Amino acid sequence: MNHALLILTLLIAPLIGFLFNGLRFRSHNAYLAGAVATGASAISFLCSVTLWTKLVSLPVENRVLETKFFEWIAVGTLKIPFGFVVDQISIIMILIITGVGSLIHLFSIGYMSHDERPSKFFAYLNLFLFNMLVLVLGDNMLMTFVGWEGVGLCSYLLIGFWFTDPAKAAAGMKAFVTNRIGDAGFLIGMFILFFTFGTLDYSDLAAVVPKVAELGWTGPVTMACLFLFLGAAGKSAQIPLYVWLPDAMAGPTPVSALIHAATMVTAGVYLFVRLSAVLVLAPHAMEVIAWTGALTALMAATIGITQWDIKKILAYSTVSQLGYMFMAVGVGAFPAAQFHLMTHAFFKALMFLGSGSVIHAMHEEQDIRKMGGLKKYLPVTYITFLMGWLAIIGIPPFAGFFSKDEILWQAWSSPHGSKGLWAIGAITAACTAFYMTRLMALTFWGKSRVSPDVHPHESPPTMAIPLIVLGILSVIGGWIGIPHVIGEVLPGHPPNIFAHWLEPVVAKVEAGHGSAVMEWSLMGFSVGLAGIFAWLAYDFYVRVPSRPKAVAAALGPAYRLVENKYFVDEFYFGKIINPLVEASKAIWLYIDVNFIDKATYFAGDLVSGLAQLVKTIQNGKTQSYALYMALGVVIIMTVVLSS
Amino acid sequence: MLDTEALMRIGLGHYIALSGIIFSFGMIAVMMRKNVIVMLMGVELMLNAVNLSFVAFAKEAGNLNGHIMVFFVMTIAAAEAGVGLALAVAIYKKFHEVNIRFFEQLKG
Amino acid sequence: MLLTTLIFLPVVFALVVAALPEEKWVRPVSFVLSLGHFAATCLLFWRFNPASSALQLVEKHAWVPTFGVNYFVGIDGISFWLVILSAFLTPLAVLGSWTAIEKKVRAFHICLFLLLSATMGTFLAVDAILFYAFFEASLIPMYLMIGVWGGSRRLYATMKFFIYTMAGSLFMLLAIIALIFMTQEQMGQMSASVLDFYNLDVPFVAGDFLNTQTLLFFAFSLAFAIKVPMFPVHTWLPDAHVEAPTPGSVILAAVMLKMGTYGFMRFVLPIFPEASEYFAWFFMLLGVVGIVYGALVAMVQPDIKKLVAYSSVSHMGYVMLGLFAMNLYGTTGGYYQMLNHGISTGALFLLVGMIYERTHTRQISEYGGLAKAAPIYTIAFLIVTFSSIAVPLTNGFIGEFLILLGTFEANRWFAGVAVLGVILGAVYMLWAVKRIFFGPRGKALGHYEEESLDINGREIAVLIPLVILIFWMGLFPSDFLNWSKASLDNLVQNRTHYELKLEE
Repeated sequence: MNHALLILTLLIAPLIGFLFNGLRFRSHNAYLAGAVATGASAISFLCSVTLWTKLVSLPVENRVLETKFFEWIAVGTLKIPFGFVVDQISIIMILIITGVGSLIHLFSIGYMSHDERPSKFFAYLNLFLFNMLVLVLGDNMLMTFVGWEGVGLCSYLLIGFWFTDPAKAAAGMKAFVTNRIGDAGFLIGMFILFFTFGTLDYSDLAAVVPKVAELGWTGPVTMACLFLFLGAAGKSAQIPLYVWLPDAMAGPTPVSALIHAATMVTAGVYLFVRLSAVLVLAPHAMEVIAWTGALTALMAATIGITQWDIKKILAYSTVSQLGYMFMAVGVGAFPAAQFHLMTHAFFKALMFLGSGSVIHAMHEEQDIRKMGGLKKYLPVTYITFLMGWLAIIGIPPFAGFFSKDEILWQAWSSPHGSKGLWAIGAITAACTAFYMTRLMALTFWGKSRVSPDVHPHESPPTMAIPLIVLGILSVIGGWIGIPHVIGEVLPGHPPNIFAHWLEPVVAKVEAGHGSAVMEWSLMGFSVGLAGIFAWLAYDFYVRVPSRPKAVAAALGPAYRLVENKYFVDEFYFGKIINPLVEASKAIWLYIDVNFIDKATYFAGDLVSGLAQLVKTIQNGKTQSYALYMALGVVIIMTVVLSS
Repeated sequence: MLDTEALMRIGLGHYIALSGIIFSFGMIAVMMRKNVIVMLMGVELMLNAVNLSFVAFAKEAGNLNGHIMVFFVMTIAAAEAGVGLALAVAIYKKFHEVNIRFFEQLKG
Repeated sequence: MLLTTLIFLPVVFALVVAALPEEKWVRPVSFVLSLGHFAATCLLFWRFNPASSALQLVEKHAWVPTFGVNYFVGIDGISFWLVILSAFLTPLAVLGSWTAIEKKVRAFHICLFLLLSATMGTFLAVDAILFYAFFEASLIPMYLMIGVWGGSRRLYATMKFFIYTMAGSLFMLLAIIALIFMTQEQMGQMSASVLDFYNLDVPFVAGDFLNTQTLLFFAFSLAFAIKVPMFPVHTWLPDAHVEAPTPGSVILAAVMLKMGTYGFMRFVLPIFPEASEYFAWFFMLLGVVGIVYGALVAMVQPDIKKLVAYSSVSHMGYVMLGLFAMNLYGTTGGYYQMLNHGISTGALFLLVGMIYERTHTRQISEYGGLAKAAPIYTIAFLIVTFSSIAVPLTNGFIGEFLILLGTFEANRWFAGVAVLGVILGAVYMLWAVKRIFFGPRGKALGHYEEESLDINGREIAVLIPLVILIFWMGLFPSDFLNWSKASLDNLVQNRTHYELKLEE
């Protein structure tokens, strides 16, 4: 099969799945709907694998498979083809999307089997898959934008899937609108790039951008990157637009796993990896991105410590991990960002599905205070969740260790990095270890706090298989990106396959400073830190369950600040959204109704007032009319005779 | 004893002036009075004032055109008086008074 | 003869409808006839040559030769799609009002046909006086539609609608007369032909308000701005829309508002190039204010129809912004957005009408949970909503993207404010969707059974063509823009010395 046909199949399969399930949206048959949707996703995965094999067989410097289906927009010099490109970056993305996506589809069959509208759910899921593939495969920024908005749309539909609950519908809307704010930034960034370089095509952009970095703050590339980062911050939940992601947990759990952990939210990272050639020209923009990422990571991690909803904790964890990725992007460590994106997709999807399994077992209970000791009821979920936990807190040799450590090392050593960034990263790692262990402890370990009328049971095999596969990936997924210093001492000297794979397509930042000894010691430090904090959390929540309350009480206001998520939502609603709504009502009332309309009434009244005046002459009395006639005759006669 | 001398001195201008005066009386009667019968009389006055000027002009011009017009006017005046008085009677029958203001109530 | 047929065939149809022996035949016969008219309009696809920017299929007959007024019609790439849009929407309006119009059915359909004739004439006339006649004539059927079949405050709304538009167009008439006299001065004989207006040298003095070109420019602009409607002369629109019956709203939003923007493209920009350029910032400013203002006010409307009406103000603000960006992207985008607005707002009004027939309320607060009671309706409404808020691969995106791109090229600050419309558009539409369709069952749904509120086959048939167009125009904009490309290029590139040739 040639690659154009493969790409077409890759894209069309989920679309057909969407149409199939969408047209029979009334059906209650979760198994048929799920089978079709999973099948579609699996076909896409097979195509991705085939494309990968094709790509590997190509020479290193020319690993590109392109296809343009038709000219989409052609106005003036703007030529946007409906074109797709498979290269080193996008192949990783489509393998993750379709691979993890297929597993999540499979998981959903069991999870949604009792739902009222399973067909609709799978239709949306397939539609999401299609849009996500368009996003990563698009060969120009506008095609990416198509997918970008498309995934936002699916996210909206899926978050609000159980729409009869107003809170869930509101969460969907919040997600879409917040994303739209970012999208506006994306549009402007795109305009700047287009009018500066005359193209939106990725390969052309990489070819025409100058090779000299821009030093000012207001240069076009810097501005473009900052606006694009606004877009990325919307999609990938960074400060200040991260608020939608925790609320997005209102959607069904597989959705959280697929969209709000593994794929969609990483789109911002993907965008900057894709545009690395442009980004490296704007050191100021990189600085902003790195610090925003670092602060988001820290902030979200601290919030994660105080949450009680299992999905909310994972959501804040996702925000925090995305912050890591942006930190990597900001310091120019594009392969590391992409690498963490991949490992995060494995272990976070795993943990979300695991949480889904727990919630399913607990009959829709999400509060971890009402769990505990679940490991004996849910052995498969527990073991796999354990893998995810070890991966995310960065214990070697689990996947998260390699990617996170790579980022921390780059934050330290890259010329764009700094010790401050590294320090924030390390503190975040400690927080991550703490809240993740807390989650483990309160959910699976310790004494059971499950209410007696709930009888937890292990999930069916369709839900267990994805957990197991993702669990294995969380263990071995990091082995393709083993850092050089570790590879050297391991038997067989495994190279950093991942970084080499991406090398030809991402921009290179000049080599960092720092010795191998330094790298080893930092690595040791962060692993040690994670270990200490994990033990601390264990001590807190399993050994001395009374201690958390005491500490919280001791911290007082600080704890309340964090527990209430720094009052960011309250600030947005109280200071921006509600005043805007009130102001809109005011302008409607005062400008539209009371000013413009009143002004026109005034003009009308003026005319009718004049008419009233003239009207008195027309009084209907014959005699008056006769008088007017006579007067008229007199006037005319006077004029005629006097001339 | 008629002063023919004086009569000879009465020219067209006098007739026109008289006609104008009578016409004005008639017009004032039509415009100012409320009684329909008096108004009709005013109309008759105006018509006859015009008749007078017609005859005077005919005399001046030396042909009969003016006289012919006078006959027309007299005929029409008779018709007009007939219709007008009929209306006046109708108004009187309804309101027991022949005041012009009752005509206002005829409008739709 | 094709164009004359297209203009006057609806008048014949109106007579046919008037002569029908029984009122129950009126709807089917009108539907078939309007479909026939649409089919006739589709002949344009064969007769029109998209490669040329010239005026085509021209017909010219003397009307008032003393003043150079002719019956002069022709079509070019700019009027092309507007003509097709008008013809396309009329059968849908007939089908959509099948049960909505209950009294004086015959008279209503006569009005609809007369309106179609007037809109066709407006878009096809090349003679200014003829244009003016059709432009004004279109008011009368619409006036009757709102005044006779409208809601409770219909008299207020019709008066407002009529007086607003009439007041504006009288200035235009004055300006047309002035231009006719100028043709006499400059060309030796009077001519009301727009083609001669293009060749006029209208004196312009920058910085001085009281000069010929500026005054004429504003006289025309006022007439068209009211029609568009631009902020701040938009207040007739919400009232007219709220009171108008569904098909009236559809035609009003989809076709009649386009007369305003079409007027800008046909008269204002090419006849007064210097003044247009000099005051472009002013119109872009009004456009931007209209976008944001319309969106903000739409957000807080309690009435669905008013919300859609104010969203029209916002969308038409985009169109004006694009046209006055005066570059290829802006003009193309503005033109495309005119069509998009016709499709998506027309569809929105149809949808609102459908649900109003069932619940007899348009108050958003009385709705809720409609997605369960009417799933197919919900799907249609969501698709149209996505088109309205310009989600990619729907038609709205192409228009908005090109407009913003063009605006950014012309003035990046305006573009920066205009993108707020992208955000606010999502806010007001989705907030309305959330309150109407999601959440617990609202008061308006009352005792209805599950899915019993859903739309029937006829209504689905009305919506399907619109939904198809939404995606078609979003996926393959070239299918549409290629027909207008030559004319739009000509308008942008030769704006300072614009000329329309006649087809050989």
